[in-house]
Amino acid sequence: MKVQMRVNGRQVSGEVEGRTLLVTFLRDGQGLTGTHTGCDTSQCGACTVHVDGLQVKSCSMFAAEADGAEVTTIEGMANADGSLSVLQQAFQDHHGLQCGFCTPGMVMAAATLLEQTPEPTEAQVRHHLQGNICRCTGYHNIIKAVMAASGQQVTQVAAE
Amino acid sequence: MPKDGIGASTKRREDIRFLTGKGRYTDDINLHGQAYVHFLRADVAHATLNGIETQDAASMPGVLRVFTATDFDGVGGLPCGWQITDRKGQPMQEPKHPIMAEGKIRHVGEIVAAVVAETLDQARDAAEAIVLDYDELPAVIDMKAAVQEDAPRVHDDLTSNLCYDWGFVEENKAAVDEAFLAADHVTTLELVNNRLVANPMEPRVAIGDYAAHDDSSTLYTTSQNPHVIRLLMGAFVLGIPEHKLRVVAPDVGGGFGTKIFHYAEEAFCTFAAKQLKRPVKWTSTRSEAFMSDAHGRDHVTKIQLALDAENNFTALRTDTYANMGAYLSTFAPSVPTWLHGTLMAGNYRTPLIYVNVKAVFTNTVPVDAYRGAGRPEATFQLERVIDKAARELGVDPAELRRQNFIRKDQFPYATPVAVEYDTGDYEATLNKALELSDYAGFANRHAESQARGKLRGIGLAHYIEACGIAPSNLVGQLGARAGLYESATVRVNATGGIVVMTGSHSHGQGHETSFPQVIAQMIGIEPDQVEIVHGDTANTPMGMGTYGSRSIAVGGSAMVRATEKIISKAKKIAAHILEASDADIELKDGKFSVAGTDKSLNWGDVTLAAYVPHNYPLTDLEPGLEETAFYDPSNFTYPSGCYICEVEIDPDTGKVTIERFTAADDFGNVINPMIVEGQVQGGVAQGIGQALLENCTYDSEGQLLSASYMDYAMPRASDVPMITVDHSCQTPCTHNPLGVKGCGEAGAIGSPPAVINAVLDAMHRAGKPVAHIDMPVTPAKVWAAMNA
Amino acid sequence: MYNFDFVKPSTVEEAVAALQDDEAQPLSGGQTLIPSMKQRLNAPGTLVSLLGIEALKGISVSDGVMTIGGTTTHATVAAQADAYPALAYLAGQIGDPAVRNRGTIGGSLANNDPAACYPAAALASGATIVTNTREIAADDFFQGMFTTDLEEGEIITAVKFPIPEAANYQKFEQPASRFALTAVFVAKYADGVRVAITGASEEGVFRWAEAEDALSNSFSAEALSALAVPANDMITDLHGTAEYRAHLCKVLTGRAVSAIS
Repeated sequence: MKVQMRVNGRQVSGEVEGRTLLVTFLRDGQGLTGTHTGCDTSQCGACTVHVDGLQVKSCSMFAAEADGAEVTTIEGMANADGSLSVLQQAFQDHHGLQCGFCTPGMVMAAATLLEQTPEPTEAQVRHHLQGNICRCTGYHNIIKAVMAASGQQVTQVAAE
Repeated sequence: MPKDGIGASTKRREDIRFLTGKGRYTDDINLHGQAYVHFLRADVAHATLNGIETQDAASMPGVLRVFTATDFDGVGGLPCGWQITDRKGQPMQEPKHPIMAEGKIRHVGEIVAAVVAETLDQARDAAEAIVLDYDELPAVIDMKAAVQEDAPRVHDDLTSNLCYDWGFVEENKAAVDEAFLAADHVTTLELVNNRLVANPMEPRVAIGDYAAHDDSSTLYTTSQNPHVIRLLMGAFVLGIPEHKLRVVAPDVGGGFGTKIFHYAEEAFCTFAAKQLKRPVKWTSTRSEAFMSDAHGRDHVTKIQLALDAENNFTALRTDTYANMGAYLSTFAPSVPTWLHGTLMAGNYRTPLIYVNVKAVFTNTVPVDAYRGAGRPEATFQLERVIDKAARELGVDPAELRRQNFIRKDQFPYATPVAVEYDTGDYEATLNKALELSDYAGFANRHAESQARGKLRGIGLAHYIEACGIAPSNLVGQLGARAGLYESATVRVNATGGIVVMTGSHSHGQGHETSFPQVIAQMIGIEPDQVEIVHGDTANTPMGMGTYGSRSIAVGGSAMVRATEKIISKAKKIAAHILEASDADIELKDGKFSVAGTDKSLNWGDVTLAAYVPHNYPLTDLEPGLEETAFYDPSNFTYPSGCYICEVEIDPDTGKVTIERFTAADDFGNVINPMIVEGQVQGGVAQGIGQALLENCTYDSEGQLLSASYMDYAMPRASDVPMITVDHSCQTPCTHNPLGVKGCGEAGAIGSPPAVINAVLDAMHRAGKPVAHIDMPVTPAKVWAAMNA
Repeated sequence: MYNFDFVKPSTVEEAVAALQDDEAQPLSGGQTLIPSMKQRLNAPGTLVSLLGIEALKGISVSDGVMTIGGTTTHATVAAQADAYPALAYLAGQIGDPAVRNRGTIGGSLANNDPAACYPAAALASGATIVTNTREIAADDFFQGMFTTDLEEGEIITAVKFPIPEAANYQKFEQPASRFALTAVFVAKYADGVRVAITGASEEGVFRWAEAEDALSNSFSAEALSALAVPANDMITDLHGTAEYRAHLCKVLTGRAVSAIS
C-alpha cells in the first residue's frame, strides 16, 4: 500500500507493507537514520519521533498508521540555519550524551516535555524520560541538559 | 597555550553529528545488492542435534541459501585469546567454539542455522520452515552442580565441566592457611556476583562484503577493536590474510566490554558474503542480544578475612566459581583470574592472599568481560567482607579501612598478588569522599528519615583497579595470546593541520575531542587543527582497541610518542631554516624559536617546508611529517577511589532509593574533566543497576528468564540520583608520559559494594542485622530479609 | 513479523464488518499487540485500525458518570479526566509518555494484561464496558489473565465510570517493564467502597472483598489491620514472590485509603 506523510516539513510517500513499522519507513525508506532501534519491546525509546506533535515510539507504530501525518525526527530538530536548537545545544553544553545512540530519542522526548512543561522540576524530567533508556550517562547530564534548556540554573539542582 | 588543551572541559565535537541524526552507526550502512541473514537459534539449552532439514526453507521466496554447521568446511572455531594454566601447571580445557552448533546444542540462543534472503522478512519466514531433529539432554546451569562427577557434560570431549582450577598465588596457600589459624578474628562471607548483560543501547550489527575483483573482504561491525577482530577472524576462523581483509567499526553505540569479542555472526556475514558474492547484513534484535551477546560477572564466592587483635588484616583467602557459559568467549578465561585475583589486595596492606578460582562450563551464553571485568568482582567481595568485619568487631568501617590502607609513603607498593602499584593516596580519597558526602551530617539525615518512617543507611567502598592494559611481555607470560600495546600515526599536513590515526576506538568516550587536546597542548595549536581517525583497519595502524580503561593511558601514550617524534623532526627542519642547532630550537605556542634570539618560525612554515622541501636538509632528513608509534606500557595503571552511598528504605515495601552518591576518584592527571565526570556518572549508574536492578537469570532447564527489557531491569532516569563526582585527588601515574590512569570502569567497580553496604547499614540501624543480601537488592528481597 | 492487510475504517459499522473475517483483529494503540507481533506470537491476516473512528474518541461527563471513548489514549485521559482525578492519575502512570500517546483504554481493557493499570480502575469503579453490541459490567468483563467476556470481533466503544466520592491509585512498579508489580485502586462511593488489585494475582485483576467490607464499615487504614490477602493465588516471578505480592496488596490498599482520608 502507498502511504504519504510530511516528514520534517517535506512531503514524502512510499510503498509499504502492512507490517512496515514507521521506524523502518523512516530509516530504510527515507534514509533518516537518526532514528534508532534499540529494543523490540517498546521500552528503550531510541526510536522516539513526533507524530502530529505527539511523542511516539516509531518501532511501535505501523507506517500505515502515520499516513497523512506530520512527522518530525531528530533530523528536523535543528534551527532553520542548521545550527543546534536550544535543546540540542544544551545536550552538548552539559555532556548529555556519550555514544549518541539513545540521544535522538532523548532529544525528541525532552522536546515534548519542554513544550508541555516549560520549567520542569528534576523529578518531572526523570518521570518524563521513563521510556528512554541511556546506558552511558547515568542520566545525570541528560537531566542537567534538559533543565538548562528550560532556562533554569542547573548548578543549583545538580551535584557538582 | 591553546584554550582547550589538557585539563579543559572542551565540549565534544562529535556531539554535533549525534545530536542532528548524522551519526553513522553500522546499521545505518546499506550496501548495494545487500542480502539479509536471519539466524535460527536454539530454544533449548542442551541437546544432541541429529539433523537439520533445510530443503523447504531453501525453496522459499527470496531465499539465497540456508547454512548449517556442515557448510563451514575449512573454517575454524572462534578463538580464545587467553590461556590459563591451572594449579597443577596444566593448560585449561579449551573446547571448540564453532560458528554454528555442531552435533550438539549447548545454550539457548546458539546459532543452529542461518537463512540468507533478499529481505529480512523472507529470511525469517524461511527459518520457520527449517526442521530440527534433536534429543534434549539435561542442562547444567548451576556451577557447583556442574562440577560434580555425575553432572551432564557440556562438552563430551572434555574430561569434566571444569575449565580450570586456578590458584593464586599457589605458593602462598600454606602460609595463608597458617595465618588464618593464628588469626584473632576471621570474617567469612559467601556471596554471588550477579550475572549481567552489558546492554549497550546499540545492538550488534555485522555486514560482510566481498570484492571479487581483488578477492578482498570487508566487515562492518559494532566493535570496540576492529584490528583484533581482523586478526582473530582472518587468521583463525576464515583463513583470510589481513591484507585481504578490512574491518570497519564506525560510530558504535556503546560497548562496555561486550563488543570486544569476536562473534560468530561477524564471521558468518564475512564468510557468506564471499560465498554468495553479495553483501550480507545482520542486525541483532534486543531479544537476540540477550541470548547472544557475551554476558558478564556471574561469580559465586566465599571470602575470608583474617585480622589480628589490633584489627590489622593478616590474611585473605577466596574461593570463587566463575561461569564461563557454554563456550570460551574471546577473553573469558582472563577475567576471573588475572583481572580478578591480582586485585584482591585492594587498597590494603594484607600481607598474605590466596585466591582460588574454578571456571565452569554451563549450558548458558558465554560470559566474558563487562565494564570492570574481574575488578568489580574482586572489589565487591573485598569491600563487603571488610564491612562485615567492621560490623562484627564493632568498629567504624571507614576507620578499619584507614587503618589497613597502604600508606602514601609506601608507594611503589608490591602486593602479595603480583602487581606493583605505582602511586596512590587512599586516605586522600577517603577524606575527600567523607567531606563531600557530609558523612558527619549523616546522623541528622538519618533522624529525618526515621521521622518519616523510613530506614536510612550509609555505606562506603574503596576500589583499586588495574587498567591501562597492559605490558605485553607480562601478559604473554600470563597466557595472553595477544600483545596489548597501542598505536598511533600522527600525520601533519602541509598546511599544518593534523590527522591522528589511532588504534583506540571511541564508542562514547569522546576521543575525537580529548585526544586533540593532548596534541594541542604539546604543539601549542588549537585542537580544531587536529582530527582523529579511528575504527577502520584500512586507515589506522594495528591497534588493540578500547577496553580496560586503556585508551588515554595506552592509546594516548602512543599518540604522545608519535607526536614527540613529529616535534623532534619539525625542530630539525626549523633548525635548518633558521640556521641554528636543533638543540637550540624551542617549540612554544605553535612557534619554533631559537633560544636566546628573536628568530622564529610558525608551525605552518615548518610543516609546509616538510612537504615543499626546497630549503630543507634533504641529505639528513626525509621530507614529510608523519610518524607512527607503538606504545607498550611498562606497568598497569592503578586508579583508585572512595565511593559513598546513602540509601533510604521503605520498610513497608522494601524499596531502596539512592538518596546521595559521592565518588572521589584518583585518576592521576585528567585530560578533559567533563568527559571524565561523565564516565564516572555512567559507570556508577551501571553499578547501581547491578546492585539494585539487573539480573540475568536462567531457570533450571536453561531457559533465559530475563530475556528482554520486560524482565531485565535497566536503570531508568528515576532510578539514579544526581552523582557527586570529584577527581581532585591526583597521584599521577609514574610510567606513562601523560601521568594518566584511566577512568572508564571505576564507577562500575566501586559502586556496587557502596550501595549494598549502605542497604545493610540501614537495616542494621533499624535493628534488623542482616549479614548479607545478594544483588540485585530488589524490594522483594529486602522485605523478605527484614521479615525473616 | 508476519505480513497482514491494514484497513482503517471510519465507522464502527465498517470496523465490525471488517472484523467478521476470522483472521482479522482490531488494532487500537498497538502498544502491546505490535511487540507481540514482532515476536511472531500473533499473526492476524488483517489488522483493523480503530483509530480512524472519531466516535470512539473523547471524554464526557454527565450525571456523575464519566464516559471515555474506547480509543481515547492514556495521555488524553491523564490530561482531560479532571472530573475523576484518580483515573487521570492512573492514566499518567501507564508506561511512558510515548506509550501513553498511543495506548488506549479500550485496548488495555480488551487485552486484560494481569499487570495492566486500567483493569484496576474499571473494576474498582464498577465501570460498564460498552461494546458495539452490549454493555458489560466490569465484574463480568474480566475473566482471568488475558481473558475477557468480549466475543470475537466485538469492539469496546466506550467505558462508563461512575465517579466516586473519592478514589486513589497506588502503583508499585515492576522495575523492568514498569507495569504494576502490584497496584491497588480504591474507590469510595456513597453505597460502599470498592478495592481492585492488579499485578498480583494469577487470575488477573480482582476485588478484595474483605477489604471492601471493612472499609465500607470504617474507611481507615486501621480497618485493614486484621486482614490479609491469601498468598496462594498470587504470582511468583523474578520480581517478587506470592507472599510479597500479598503483602503489597495490603500495604498499597492502606496507602490508598490514607491518601483519601
